[in-house]
Formats: sequence, structure tokens, C-alpha cells
Amino acid sequence: MKFAVKAWSNGGARAGILHLGTSTIDTPSLLLSTRKGLPHFISPDLLSCLPSPESRLLHVSPLHFLEGLSMKTISKIGGLHQLLGLHDHCFVSVPRDSIQCLPEANSTNKIGASFETPCGRLLIKPVEYMEMISSTRPELWATLADEVPAWVSDKRNKTSVDRTIKWLDECISLSPASGAVFGAIVGGSSLEERRRCAQEVATRNVSGYWVGGLGLGESMDERPALLNAVIEALPEEKPRLICGLGLPEEILQGIAAGVDLFESTYIYHLTLGGFALTFPLDRTQINALNLAPSDVGSDPRKINLRATVFRKDTMPIVEGCTCYTCRNHTRAYINHLLNVHEMLAQILLEIHNTHHFLGFFRLIREAINAGRFEEFRKEFVQRWR
Amino acid sequence: MNWPRALLTDSGGFQMVSLLHLADITEKGVTFQSPVDGKPMLLTPEESIQIQNKIGADIIMALDDVVKTTITGPRIEEAMHRTLRWIDRCIAAHKRPHDQNLFGIVQGGLDPVLRDICVRGLVDRNLPGYAIGGLAGGEDKDSFWRVVAQCTATLPEDKPRYVMGVGYPLDIVVCSALGADMYDCVYPTRTARFGTAIVPEGVLKLKHKAMAEDTRPIDPTCACMVCKNYTRAYIHSLVTKDAMGSQLLSFHNLYYMMQLSRNLHSSIVQGKFPEFVCNFLQKMFPKGDIPEWVCNAMEVAEIDISSCCAPFRYIQATKVQSNLNEDEIQAV
Repeated sequence: MKFAVKAWSNGGARAGILHLGTSTIDTPSLLLSTRKGLPHFISPDLLSCLPSPESRLLHVSPLHFLEGLSMKTISKIGGLHQLLGLHDHCFVSVPRDSIQCLPEANSTNKIGASFETPCGRLLIKPVEYMEMISSTRPELWATLADEVPAWVSDKRNKTSVDRTIKWLDECISLSPASGAVFGAIVGGSSLEERRRCAQEVATRNVSGYWVGGLGLGESMDERPALLNAVIEALPEEKPRLICGLGLPEEILQGIAAGVDLFESTYIYHLTLGGFALTFPLDRTQINALNLAPSDVGSDPRKINLRATVFRKDTMPIVEGCTCYTCRNHTRAYINHLLNVHEMLAQILLEIHNTHHFLGFFRLIREAINAGRFEEFRKEFVQRWR
Repeated sequence: MNWPRALLTDSGGFQMVSLLHLADITEKGVTFQSPVDGKPMLLTPEESIQIQNKIGADIIMALDDVVKTTITGPRIEEAMHRTLRWIDRCIAAHKRPHDQNLFGIVQGGLDPVLRDICVRGLVDRNLPGYAIGGLAGGEDKDSFWRVVAQCTATLPEDKPRYVMGVGYPLDIVVCSALGADMYDCVYPTRTARFGTAIVPEGVLKLKHKAMAEDTRPIDPTCACMVCKNYTRAYIHSLVTKDAMGSQLLSFHNLYYMMQLSRNLHSSIVQGKFPEFVCNFLQKMFPKGDIPEWVCNAMEVAEIDISSCCAPFRYIQATKVQSNLNEDEIQAV
């Protein structure tokens, strides 16, 4: 893995280039969320219709495989690339999956991290986690962390930092020859602990940093300070990854603080709800936008295709969108598919939403490169308030 | 749908009878409960054709009075005659005969006399194609193939014969041997959703524990995207739990069925159909224990499958065609 910062904008936002596996990816970038390595709905043959190389970073939680597939078998097959038939993609493994493998802080103890998963509550020890990493062989992986929600006691929080650092060292000592390590940084909602953890991890021999423990109960207002406390202690030239920030405003918050890679469940939740993103990505579209509040109902950023108003709407989700869904299908058709409970609805929505959200990241990178990220961010937040 | 290839729509008759709670059939049409709001609705032959005209598929189906083959009694005869009366109403209501092909459906239960009347009645109407309906509903296989054989023997040679609701690969091979051309079935995708893959040997249940360690593809002889990229172990971890599992298995199963059709077609064109059938049966029944009904059907279809039948089974088959009694056969 190689990473270099190429441009700065006002504040902490930066644009960079990440070389991972066979891919060269511009940051800030989005990791697509997966279930057992493949997207929730987009079939492997349709993955290539997503913009490349931005869509090549896949987030994989090794814990998914505990349901039905042994590490020995995965190893025998040859790791994730062989297992998933995806040779052009890069896998980033973080134990936590914000949809189905949530950290269970009350059950975590000095032996391992507890997660609430579809196979019940599991306690994952560092040595077990490293076995998963060795078998699956992702290009990039984060060390095992003790993530706690924002409301735990100071004592518990402090313990989580000590534990996370200890596990980091254990993981590194067991790390396989290949694959870049990202050190996990926790600290709950305490600025002091966040800083302490970041400072410790910064001294370790890692390729980058995973900011954990966020999106677990802290408010959007609290977050910038916590992020800054962490980022300030980290070297500039190494990349930073964060999970659990979903909404566009949260992403912008993360970027302003200096985060480079994001794993978000936003697309998944939108798709399940029958929503499609529609906020304009074109600057001219933004300027030409003439929204009367009465026109679009409550949220001009997305439409709910279950609504009867779309029954006869023969427009694509977003006119001019070049995604597979908008090139081939109409709002009316997706509305129909949702009504008759056809899986194709989710497939088409996940494609569009992924495409659109990746477009959002592209806009962000453009703004950073042009040195006007803060203006972009203010405008975006203002417009959709 | 943005589908540039051929489309076929059904009349709605079967769906109503099989999927809806109450279907009352009268001369006018079929009354049923609307699945949207529960209100009573009437589907007439005229309306079915009108809707199919609007949808615009290349082949449309007549509304028939369909009864389950497991039913006996006068209802079957009533349904057959009504089907013939309704085909005239369908023909009259059809506004697009030049770009949509209206197929009639042969009914008559398992009664050869009724089936014959129905075939003659439909053939008199000179339709672009004919479907053999009312089967694939749980009747025993021996009755099933005989009805198909009778219909294909009497329907015109130069028009397509469409066996509705069929089906399992074995059924398709047998019906093709008997002279059928088209099929439709939910089997490949439905069985995929339950974690079952269609393979040359029959089926493979991916849910089974043994699959968790199996690093082979579903079918090593299959060239589909799923068999080329995924192991049984991985699919096992997905099936019945993740939507992706249903997708990948459906993909394989559909590919399998299309490959089967392609192979049937090319083997016939190349004059190697009997070999293909033998090969197919050998893979599915390696011990030679081919079901009797298949042997009987192939006999009538004049396809020699003796090379893949275990000897005892073949004798059982010939019993059907001869007048030998039990003792005489034992002596052979």
C-alpha cells in the first residue's frame, strides 16, 4: 500500500492518492459495504457497471464468514479474491460492520471483543481475529478494537483505550506478510482519551489509522472535536479510515477533519427503504435548481419510489445519470417492482445509490483540489437544511 | 421492462386459480378477490385479451377454464367445452393478430376422449400455436406423459407445441422426445431460493452441512459465471440467508436450463438426439434405475434408451407395449 497527499483545501480536508493492490484510487473515497464479501444486492457481473476505480474498495467484515464458512476452507480456496471471484477489487477488513456485527461493549472483556452478530453474541480474541485476517488476506485491515458507545463511564472508556492498544500490538505481532495494517484508535467521547490513544498508536509501525468507536452514540455536534483530537496527534502522510458515518453531512464533517476513507451504511439503508438519491451532482444543476418547498415534499435529496406519485413516472431516477439503472429503467418500473416485492428493485436501487454517492465523493474531491472545500461544504449543508 | 427479446404473457387464468383465495368460474369468466383491495373482480376472456394486447407480448395465451388434474368427474368435461367456447371469444377480442400470436390451450384432464375433442376444436380455429395445459399439477407421471404424447401426435406438425408449467429437466427431455417445443416453469428460480442447484446428476442441496467444506464449483461441467467463480462452500454460506445466494443460484439454474434447451436443439439438428438422451439419463440415473414412465414414453417416442436402462427395467417397459401377461414376461 502507498499513500500520498496531493492537495489541501482550507481546514483539514485533503485529497490524496492511494495505491492498493492493483488499484490507484483518489481520496477521499468511499468503501462499499458488503455482506460476506459481495454487495448486498448488486450481482458480481453488474459490479463492473459502477464507476471505476472508485468502486473498487470493498469493506469486508471477517465476522460475516463465521456464519457458515470456516477460515480453513477460506484459506484452502485462497483468500477473498478467489472466494469472491473479484480480482480487480481491493478488500479492507474492519471487524465491525455497522449493519450486522455491532460491537457489544458490555460483553467485551480482557480476552476479546464482543460483537452482536446474526449467529449470536461472539467473543473474538486477537489471535482468532488474526487467523481470520491470515485466511482472508485483505489488502488492508484494521486491528481489533474495544469500541464503546459515548455514554460509558470514564473508567470503562479508559480501559477500552488500554485494551485497544494492547490488542493492536498483539495483532501486529501476528500479522501476515502481506496486507497493510491500520491501527485502531478509540476513546469514546472523551477528548483526553481520544488524544491519548491517538498519540500511542501514532508511535506504532502501521500504514494508517482506523478511527473507531464513532457512530455509536455521540452527537454530530460532539464529533468534530473528537475527530480533531485524534487527527491532530497523527502524522499527516498516513491515511485515515473511519466507519459509522453515514449521512452526507457526516461525511463532510469527517473530511473537514482530515479523514480519507469512509465506510458508510447509508446506501444500504436507503436501498432497503426504497429510497433513491436525487440531490444534484452537477454544478449547473445546482444553480438551476428551483425548488418550491411544496413541490417535492419533505426531502429533496432523495425520493421514495414506493410512493404512488411515481406509478406512471417514466423518467429515470435522475435525468442524465449514467448509472445502469437510470440508463435502462424508469421510476414507474421500480415503483412496480417494489409493489410486487421483486428483488430487482433493491438491485437497481443499490446500483443507482452507489453510483450517486460515489458522484458525491467525486464532487468533494473536485472541491478540495480547487481549494474551495469549505465553501462546498457550507453550500451543501445550507441547501439541504 | 426494457426487454428487447421475446415475451409471452399468460391469460391470468392459472394464476387466479392457483394463487388466489377464491375463484368462481362461470360462463362469463372468472370472479376472484382482487389481491390489491379484496374487492370482487371478474376476468373475462375479452378482458384478458385486452390486457394482453396492451402489454404487447409476442405470444399471448387464451383464457381457458383450467382444472386440476387431480379432480375427477363432469367438471373436467365442462371445463374443456368452455375452453373451446372461450377461445372464440378470445379470437374475437384480439385486436392485434398481426403482431401478437394467440395460442389456444388444450384442456380435458387425463381423459383421452376429451383431450381429442379439444385438440380438434382448437386446430379448427387455425391458431398460430397450441399449448398443452392442465398438466404439471401433481398428476402421476404415467398419466402425464400419455396426455402429452396424445396431444403432440394430433396437433399440427408445423406449429409450436407449448407444454405449460413443465418443468423438471427430466420432464422437458421426455416431452421434447415426444414432440413438444416450448416450456415454462418456476422451478429453476424457486428451487434456487430454497438453496437447491440443478445439476446433471439431478439436484444439489447447497444448504447441506457437507457443502460447507466443499471447494468444488456447483457443476464442474457448467460454464456459467457462478460455476466459474464460486465454490459450493461459499454459496452454502449465502443460501437462504442472503439475497445474493438466491441470485447466484438462480443464475446458475437458469443457465443450466438454457444450456439444456440448447443441447436438445443442437443434438436434434445434428441427428444425435437419442445419444443425447442416453447421456442425459445415464448421468441422472447412473445405476440404470430409470423410472418406468420415462422408459414407456421413450418407447412411444421411438428413442432407444436400452443402453442406459438396467436390464430388468427394460423388460418392465416392453410389457406395456405387448400383450404378454406376467408369467410370459418372467419367462423371457
